[in-house]
Amino acid sequence: MSKYYLNYLDELESEAIYVLREVWAQFENPVILFSGGKDSIVVTHLARKAFYPSKIPFSLMHVDTGHNFPETIKFRDDLINELGVNLIVGSVQESIDQGRVAEEKGKNATRNALQITTLLDAIEDNKVDCAIGGGRRDEEKARAKERFFSHRDDFGQWDPKNQRPELWNLFNGKHFEGEHFRAFPISNWTEMDVWNYIKRENIQIPSLYFAHEREVVWRNNSWIPNSDYLILEEHEAVVTKKIRFRTLGDITITGGIESDADTVEKIAQEVAAMRQTERGNRSDDKRSETAMEDRKKQGYF
Amino acid sequence: MLDNNQLLRFTTAGSVDDGKSTLIGRLLYDSKSIFEDQLQAIENTSKKKGHEGVDLALFTDGLRDEREQGITIDVAYRYFTTPKRKFIIADTPGHIQYTRNMVTGASTANAAIILVDARHGVIEQTRRHAFIASLLQIPHIIVCINKMDLVDHSEEAYNQVIEQFEEFSSKLLVRDIRFIPISALNGDNVVNRSTNMDWYQGAPLLHTLETMHISSDINKVDARFPVQTVLRPQREGFIDYRGYAGRIASGVFRVGDEITVMPSGFTSKIKTIDAFNESLDEAFATMSVSITLEDDIDISRGDMIVRSNNTPDASQDLEVMLCWLNDAPAKPRAKYTIRHTSNEQKAMIKEVIYKIDINTLGRISDDKTLGMNDISKVKIRTTKPLMVDSYRENRTTGSIILVDDATNETVAAGMVV
Repeated sequence: MSKYYLNYLDELESEAIYVLREVWAQFENPVILFSGGKDSIVVTHLARKAFYPSKIPFSLMHVDTGHNFPETIKFRDDLINELGVNLIVGSVQESIDQGRVAEEKGKNATRNALQITTLLDAIEDNKVDCAIGGGRRDEEKARAKERFFSHRDDFGQWDPKNQRPELWNLFNGKHFEGEHFRAFPISNWTEMDVWNYIKRENIQIPSLYFAHEREVVWRNNSWIPNSDYLILEEHEAVVTKKIRFRTLGDITITGGIESDADTVEKIAQEVAAMRQTERGNRSDDKRSETAMEDRKKQGYF
Repeated sequence: MLDNNQLLRFTTAGSVDDGKSTLIGRLLYDSKSIFEDQLQAIENTSKKKGHEGVDLALFTDGLRDEREQGITIDVAYRYFTTPKRKFIIADTPGHIQYTRNMVTGASTANAAIILVDARHGVIEQTRRHAFIASLLQIPHIIVCINKMDLVDHSEEAYNQVIEQFEEFSSKLLVRDIRFIPISALNGDNVVNRSTNMDWYQGAPLLHTLETMHISSDINKVDARFPVQTVLRPQREGFIDYRGYAGRIASGVFRVGDEITVMPSGFTSKIKTIDAFNESLDEAFATMSVSITLEDDIDISRGDMIVRSNNTPDASQDLEVMLCWLNDAPAKPRAKYTIRHTSNEQKAMIKEVIYKIDINTLGRISDDKTLGMNDISKVKIRTTKPLMVDSYRENRTTGSIILVDDATNETVAAGMVV
């Protein structure tokens, strides 16, 4: 006689698969927003499970800032090959060249905010009506208010005060032409859940998540990787440290932490003992108290 | 963390004055679910606002407007884990104009925490919260009698609230109700047992949440499988594969079960139950699986696979408790899109039988309008039959939403009577 209840990971997995199938059933042309980070990798893995033995019926969309970790790009291309799915790349560099956006100036300039325009252009150009993201409600206070199915107007904007009520598991993806949705299958997962799931399912992740030696610079309370895009301040020095990354974004804004965790088991243990949130090392979130809310309203991931 | 740990979803209804935000902050803080950088941010804000010490309530602030106005506008979800369970909190505002958010938070909850200020006892808002919890059939209700420190931790004050609560709650349909005297501010009986209230023999709040029996919250008797989509891989090794993908709404399905497809009425037997590349002998709610049948029959999204000896009602006429969720009131005899499981049809509100006065819980029969936050019993007619169970027996196959085709907005949520 077996037990007739699910454990928390099975429950989260089942919920995410339900959301992905609902996206497939309710939209014409959905894509998975794929950054090469662990959350979008988990979403892709869940999509594989949701539609097996069929192939994943979505394209993967990558917004390429041009400021990538080389490891991320290789990982992305290998995964695309393995899954046999289509890849759409939106290039921030092209948006800059076309004059759609201008590079930020100043010391902490990044291409983070520029991605919004590239993302919305890619969504429009490819007639995408639902972009599936790996956003989680535990990440940040504005994300805590997200729906599973989140409406975007024809300017790609989110109106957090006027969201559709979402009851039970009845999702309403109806929209007018030009509008689109964002769907968040792993809304209810925490960072710890993601790691426990990666461990259980033995999901491949980029080597950047594991402890490795790297040239880094101490800036804004974290270790920023040395790269061609980094302009050193006078008092700053490049040193080599054993570090790993808790989240992956642009190479210019993603800070590493010192760590010896070189297996998923060790990472899961380390994360369980962490006293800082994972986005604490993301300078894009540190700009103001409502940095995420402000970007999300404009159409950010 | 143990492998068989369950997930418990609970909702907290109340206003800032009840100490709701402080309670959530206290739960997160004492269960060590708050990170140092979050604590730092709250300490800074507390100082800026001139508060003494750390204001735990600030943990639950979300959007810019909420921070500025010090109120909760929308449902916010929070997470914490203990060695025994994973928890999801749906933090909802308690004011009357936010009934829609309370209903939203309640729709998926295993448990509701209702806060009562020990000094004021049961007030209108308490009755409203309890009513919504019972209407949405939240299986467990925990009444936290808060601010016990302000009534000298008096057992008499506690008993008085219980008495007031039971006076009206006997009229509600509630299966499991508990009372806990707490002080969210000081942490008494939240995570740690209070030393100020030796007269209270029950468990603190967190222990209650960690141990209450929730595996019976989902109906495991009536086998219902709404088909979300059909998987036809048409690739080598799976040329003839035709899997019906969905999430089991309730009950248990086994390979070999005789099933009926509704509404067509075709019958067959379950050939396989697949979960990714694994074949299962049986599957139960709320697993997401893909089912294949012995016979080739026409099945598509919106159909429901059920066990042949236990079928839901296929009906075009529904009596529904309806919560109106939109600024624009219902248009008389207008058509809406109705969504029920994976099924979508057109529907019309034929009659408003009565409206509920949310403050007195009495019935109003001379006002037939449906405006924002109104809760009414209505008759709905659909263009094609829906396969429904009563909401009391089945929260998944007993719930519907209405969508206004002119705006695409979700305008109402309903529970089949």
